[in-house]
Amino acid sequence: MKNPFSKKHKSPKKPLTVEQKISRRNFLSFGTFIVAGSVAYGGWKWLYNSPEEARTVTAGARAPLRRALNKTELAFRRVFSNNNLVKTYPKEMAAKNVRHNSDIGSEGKIDIDTWKLQVKKHTGEVLQITLDDIKALPKTDIIYDFKCVEGWDQISHWGGVKFVDFINHFKLGAETQLQYVGLATPDAEYYVGIDMPSAMHPQTLLAYEVNEKPLPPNHGAPLRLIIPVKYGIKNLKRIGSMSFSDSRPPDYWAEQGYDYYSGL
Amino acid sequence: MKVIKEKHPLAMRWTHWVNFPILTIMIWSGMLIYWANDEYKITLFGYTFFSFFPDWFYNALRIPHRLSEGMAFHFLFMWFFTLNGILYVLYTIISGEWRELVPQKKSFKEAWLVLLHDLHIRKMAPPQNKYNAAQRIAYTAIIVMGIGSVITGLAIYKPVQFYYLTWLCGGYHFARILHFALTIGYVLFFVVHVVQVILAGWNNFRSVISGFEVVNEDPKPIIEITPPSDEKPIQ
Repeated sequence: MKNPFSKKHKSPKKPLTVEQKISRRNFLSFGTFIVAGSVAYGGWKWLYNSPEEARTVTAGARAPLRRALNKTELAFRRVFSNNNLVKTYPKEMAAKNVRHNSDIGSEGKIDIDTWKLQVKKHTGEVLQITLDDIKALPKTDIIYDFKCVEGWDQISHWGGVKFVDFINHFKLGAETQLQYVGLATPDAEYYVGIDMPSAMHPQTLLAYEVNEKPLPPNHGAPLRLIIPVKYGIKNLKRIGSMSFSDSRPPDYWAEQGYDYYSGL
Repeated sequence: MKVIKEKHPLAMRWTHWVNFPILTIMIWSGMLIYWANDEYKITLFGYTFFSFFPDWFYNALRIPHRLSEGMAFHFLFMWFFTLNGILYVLYTIISGEWRELVPQKKSFKEAWLVLLHDLHIRKMAPPQNKYNAAQRIAYTAIIVMGIGSVITGLAIYKPVQFYYLTWLCGGYHFARILHFALTIGYVLFFVVHVVQVILAGWNNFRSVISGFEVVNEDPKPIIEITPPSDEKPIQ
């Protein structure tokens, strides 16, 4: 039987001329270029116009970018180690005028004598801790380069109690089995969530001194967080309460589109 | 006779064009971040010549008050920027293309001659292979700059976890300055690059998309003409 396609064998394809090869390859490559370029542009438009995330403990970022921030956090949590320490400096290098950026939650003055730190244990028990209780613990000083999310930094000198020492003294070891610490100002206007490894980092302090003097109101009297492994936005001033949880505690700046982790 | 001459491999073309939008996004989101502490200026003898950046510039690009947005974009696209760069460098090493790219001993001297030629001061350009001496320096420098951006970027992104990188970059402050200066470097590179591409013309530009150039070659003679050897030498 005759093959209907056998005709092809009789007239084999002519080899392409140079001109044909050129236009063929131009068509393919420029076609790919335009299609890939359009896809990329469409992808960018999609990302740029993507809806804002649903409001949870975080808010204010484009939904896909928030997912990316959270994934990136997981990647960089793997390199976090208590052996990685922030660089410290001699006392003379500390700034005399310590920069002050914001008063949210720590406006005006506070009566230090009646102030108490409320530590809310996951059992429901609440410890009321006075400043004298905290000052009775061994004091640690740190002179390091404080870093603001805005991009400025300043060498400053803080003194207080190591967060780890505080936990051990008040027998809060069971609380540190949970994943997060939540801190808030007495008026609950400003609040941060800190992952437990960062809180337990050996350089994290509950500070009551700056430049060897009691904290002034604008730097968070009577007690503030100094956490060198985080940007300034996590260094809560005028701590009113401390709580522990396995879910992310609310965080002021994470609700404004910033990374929840904000680790350095 | 027109002949197709292969020029740029597929991997180089893809990474080149993938890099272009990614770097654009990195520079733009970087400016959103930089705005929040825009302290860099060029000051000489107490006189400020230029301040990065003037208000009209910020406003024209709608940069102010977008720090968190800038960070969110920057810390996503940094992955793509790095990955694309790694792919390009790996390809260049494995394929052996690096031989055409890395400056040679003579390149630094020759690059001046290329510059003088390009500025129409000198008539002849030195002989070259795929890239001339100035291109070798520029295309290698841009890769070194890319690596520099990743390292200085990590040094200011995680200065505690990567404290050794921060140290290597001369501290947190200096690392931020380097990171910024490299970005200005990209913009200057881009300007020169685009001017050169326009001057080089269509054939050259096409080769970065389709991979080949069209050159005119004299057809090779089919019969070799050899001088008759059976003749007796003239006495």
